[in-house]
Amino acid sequence: MSVLRGWGRFSCAECHVVTARSEEDAREAVLAAPLIARGNGRSYGDSAINPGLTLDMTGMDRMLSFDDGVLVAEAGVLLGDVIQTFLPRGWFPMVTPGTKYVSLGGAIAADVHGKNHHVDGSFRACVDWIDLIGPDGAVQRVGPGDDLFDWTLGGMGLTGVILRAQIRLRRVETAWIMQETRAFTSLDETLRAFEECHDAPYSVAWIDCSDGPHHGHALLLLGRHAVPADLPSRRAPLETRHKRKLTVPFGVPFLFRGLWLRALNGIFWRRGAKRAGHTLVDWDSYFYPLDGLQHWNRLYGRRGFVQFQCALPPDRAAKGLKALMDAIAAAQTGSVLSVLKRFGPQSGPMSFPMPGYTLALDFPVNDRSLALMDDLDAITLAHGGRFYLAKDARMRAETAQADPRALSFAEMRARTGLAGHFTSLQSERLGL
Amino acid sequence: MTTDTGTTTKGPVLILGAKSDIARAIARSFAGAGHPIQLAARDCPRLEDDARDLRTRFGVTISLHEFDALAGDTHAAFVAGLDLPHVAICAVGAMGDQTQSAADPLSAAHVIRTNFEGPASILAHLANAMEARGSGTLVGISSVAGDRGRASNYVYGSAKAGFTAFLSGLRNRLQPLNVHVVTVLPGFVRTAMLDGMETPAPLTADPQEVGAAVLKAVNTRRNVIYTRPIWRIVMAVIRAIPEPIFKKTSL
Repeated sequence: MSVLRGWGRFSCAECHVVTARSEEDAREAVLAAPLIARGNGRSYGDSAINPGLTLDMTGMDRMLSFDDGVLVAEAGVLLGDVIQTFLPRGWFPMVTPGTKYVSLGGAIAADVHGKNHHVDGSFRACVDWIDLIGPDGAVQRVGPGDDLFDWTLGGMGLTGVILRAQIRLRRVETAWIMQETRAFTSLDETLRAFEECHDAPYSVAWIDCSDGPHHGHALLLLGRHAVPADLPSRRAPLETRHKRKLTVPFGVPFLFRGLWLRALNGIFWRRGAKRAGHTLVDWDSYFYPLDGLQHWNRLYGRRGFVQFQCALPPDRAAKGLKALMDAIAAAQTGSVLSVLKRFGPQSGPMSFPMPGYTLALDFPVNDRSLALMDDLDAITLAHGGRFYLAKDARMRAETAQADPRALSFAEMRARTGLAGHFTSLQSERLGL
Repeated sequence: MTTDTGTTTKGPVLILGAKSDIARAIARSFAGAGHPIQLAARDCPRLEDDARDLRTRFGVTISLHEFDALAGDTHAAFVAGLDLPHVAICAVGAMGDQTQSAADPLSAAHVIRTNFEGPASILAHLANAMEARGSGTLVGISSVAGDRGRASNYVYGSAKAGFTAFLSGLRNRLQPLNVHVVTVLPGFVRTAMLDGMETPAPLTADPQEVGAAVLKAVNTRRNVIYTRPIWRIVMAVIRAIPEPIFKKTSL
């Protein structure tokens, strides 16, 4: 038995864990007991926790072939390994979330998205096929056009064990991003800028949700892959220096309350505003700023943190975001800098991203923030929004089921017999 | 070895018992450093996916070799059939079940053969071939369990103790002949051997750490390495406990 946690360290359970090192290991586990597969443990809540049996897929981390940007790899391969292997050859993931420590299987199960969602869609857009072990232990290869493929992208591992997949990478000429920073002082200005910059390949904003004079201040970060001409002439375009990693030894939960929160947000914004304009940033710092800080999830202290992420439709986003930010400010808690991003069209039926805006932030776990999150859920639903399951650790079943897709997913799982074989604490909590 | 294009080509590295988690990590370390890899194990077609992984990640040549550590009579032919490697790493071993080993001497003998007799036999053949060539490095993955016998795994431990002594003697014999021997003493490593066991985090290494440590030890011609280094201290303390006290402990 070992203790498994979500990345937020709030969800936690003693689990029977079996490591899969081969297809045979995975099949044996599937036939043994109801289970959930787990990648590198980067989902924030209880999506990859099943006390009865959790199948650790990190032992299946082989890259099986690579040809002209098309990679076949086992589910336990990390996106960071893909970058380390292929960036020097001029290839980069088509879609990447904010951590490179996500496994391929996890990226598929959550159908993760990145700063380019408005242009390129979610992770699904780069997946050609998936090998999935079903309840009978047989392996099925599914691709676009198959129902099971649709359910699996965003299906949180509840459609079977993802064994391996074929994905397409993107050609890049350098390992650098040309970043443009713009500073704004209100949500409305920021949203307007997002609409004007719709063709920037990457875009994301950090916005201050804290209470006080900086409320609504935002930094819009636009990016594109740099070309060799952007670089100082002496630099090898595909090389970057290995970054030194810092480790968080202990938590500092007081930083995420009232005064401190306000002060830190102010400092971040002023620092960003001062550096507004174009800068050259290496891929690691641009896409994965938090990966440089090992165990950053310890910052919030022993009880851990919960993450809130919702998406709102375009016509109601401005109002909804304002209501969410007001509620957060009034509660005087939350993370330093919330993330705001424009989404493009929805990639697949189970994908979380939908046209409109998404807002994401962390809260240290305490009674006040848990109560606040219930309020944020209600505000989101009132504005036609939905929630990201990879971030969720505490939602109520009725909240999740307000999304009509939850019911059809649960109905499909019951009808096809998946429900009896693939379950997680999250699927039980939300009735998926 | 330098080719006329000016690029350095690296010598092949043989990995015996290539199916284990430690062996896989070691293979990645050496392939990452540009070495062609020879993977050897029983039922070697099972290693095909590992071979594809190494080729895909590192673009090096990988070959598969059928090898049974317990079939000592085949070892001479096995070595004769190889492109003699520059580095040979023996990761053969199995913990066995101590309760079963204690109750049934025959199953204990199997554990001893797997961890001592088989590895010693194949390394002896490789040592002789490297001695004849006048160069090479042999690496034996032994265990801290061999540093002192304990009730919980003394059959495995005694076989590893024998293997450690064998490596030490081999190093002594081959020292003047330009063949180097590295003894690797892993403590706890997150591998199949430890699946389902909880071990103290500061004493538990990832297989990747062992892979990196072995590559470094070969390149710097170290004699005996502990992974993690804290184990050198832990085992010094355990060895220093007087027997009248040690026999009453349960470590």
